[in-house]
Amino acid sequence: MPPSNRTIRTYFLLLLFLALRAFGNLALAWGAKHLPRTLAADPMVYLRSMLDPYVAIGIVLLMVALPVRLALLSVADLSFVLPTTAVGYVLAAVLGKVFLHETVTVQGWLAVALIFGGAAVVGSTPQSTTGKAEGAK
Amino acid sequence: MIWILLTITVVATTLSDLLQSYEMKRAGAQSVGARGMARLLRMIVERRYLLLSIVCLAFSFFAFMALLQSAPLSFAVPASAASFILETVLAKLLLKERIGARRAAGTLLVLCGVALLGR
Repeated sequence: MPPSNRTIRTYFLLLLFLALRAFGNLALAWGAKHLPRTLAADPMVYLRSMLDPYVAIGIVLLMVALPVRLALLSVADLSFVLPTTAVGYVLAAVLGKVFLHETVTVQGWLAVALIFGGAAVVGSTPQSTTGKAEGAK
Repeated sequence: MIWILLTITVVATTLSDLLQSYEMKRAGAQSVGARGMARLLRMIVERRYLLLSIVCLAFSFFAFMALLQSAPLSFAVPASAASFILETVLAKLLLKERIGARRAAGTLLVLCGVALLGR
């Protein structure tokens, strides 16, 4: 695969994964906060919690995110994927603030800047350094 | 309880990611079209390291879900990111990835940001 195609594919997979995980986590958090009992107390509550529509939507989005992340790992290093997907933590903070009314402080926005900056620096390095990302269609 | 749940999340996530990265490097570039997704799902069932990674992911998922109930999303998500320090070191040692100065610096910046976000 030409390097430019691999770069486009990497960033497409990265954006898709970030969107799926951010909204998946948001739906899970929304559903979990409205469950009547503490999850750690009874394993059966885990199963019943999956009947909650928000928890179910969260699970579906995170399940779709799994093969997308596998595809991403097939074209990029784990040490590239980890910091660049950390942008998801920024999305989580923003979504937490908007939908769950959680507080994001000035310090939080500084953190957002550091994460974006770090992800941009890592994003400027070669996605794959092990030379094994060629191959299947 | 929060710290136990966090530890389970971090250890299970690290193991899951290392196994996934190892298998996907072996598999070569994959797509996410209809065929690509079907192929990826088949790979999860057929490759034992991927299957094991899913078991680890399940542990991580349930621990994380319980963590979300007792801690705010804006703490739980960045705190569980502690796994990526461990994972970056292990990616270099076990997966033989080349982590140059720029990638290390960027990773440290992200780490500082994530740590700050969790405070």
